[in-house]
Amino acid sequence: MRPGRYLPVMAALLFGMIAVPAHAATIQITTTDLVFAPAEVSAKVGDTIEWINKDVFAHTATARNGDFDVNMPPKKTVTSVLTKAGTVEYYCRYHPNMKAMLTIAP
Amino acid sequence: MLIRLSAAIAALSLLTGPALAQGAKPTDPQIAHIAYTAGVIDIAAAKQAIDKAGDKDVKAFAQDMVRDHEAVNKQALDLVKKLKVTPEDNDTSKTLSKQAADKLAELAKLKGAEYDKAYLANEVAYHKAVNGALETQLIPSASNAELKSLLQTGLKIFQGHQQHAEQVAAKLK
Repeated sequence: MRPGRYLPVMAALLFGMIAVPAHAATIQITTTDLVFAPAEVSAKVGDTIEWINKDVFAHTATARNGDFDVNMPPKKTVTSVLTKAGTVEYYCRYHPNMKAMLTIAP
Repeated sequence: MLIRLSAAIAALSLLTGPALAQGAKPTDPQIAHIAYTAGVIDIAAAKQAIDKAGDKDVKAFAQDMVRDHEAVNKQALDLVKKLKVTPEDNDTSKTLSKQAADKLAELAKLKGAEYDKAYLANEVAYHKAVNGALETQLIPSASNAELKSLLQTGLKIFQGHQQHAEQVAAKLK
């Protein structure tokens, strides 16, 4: 156990811990009565989306292009981190009439 | 297929037909009963599908129907309790239940892919008929604001189910 060997790892972890949150934001998207709100959201790669389901029904936030598929259990909040840039239309697989838009900058 | 489709529509068209003719609007206790019955019918159809369906997407759809319709009906029960309303049985509910029982028996005779297709076709037709009844009769007739609002949420849920059923049906072909 020579501490020296772990220094680069420690440094990387520390750097990561400091560097990432400085840029990343947390954005809330809620579902109430089968509506995603806000209907249009702009975000950046690395941002966290807090998906807040206020309905008693299960929903999903499913990207049409396959970039993400988040399960939203009833009356629960789940989070996901955006990993890919693009303008993504997403919908609920259980209720395809629920649709919204997420614009993710690099 | 057309015969099955027309059965569901015929039952719901009672709302505009003789049962409620002469300008008689359904009362809130009747509306609550019809909406609850419509949910119970779809849950029974879904439970049959969970047993019988061969396709995994059809089975998953049926599970979604049980989950959502149970959630809606739980809200409906909570609401009538809160409003101290006793749901009142009526001709529309009775006809709906009778025709749904016939449908279940009919579907029970089918197997495999034939069953899957028939179940989904009926789900599309049934949700379409229920949505039509909600839009043109039940929602406009509801006098209590909370009941009206629950029916409006129900309409959005069922419109979602109709689209979902159409998508699953399209994939089967």
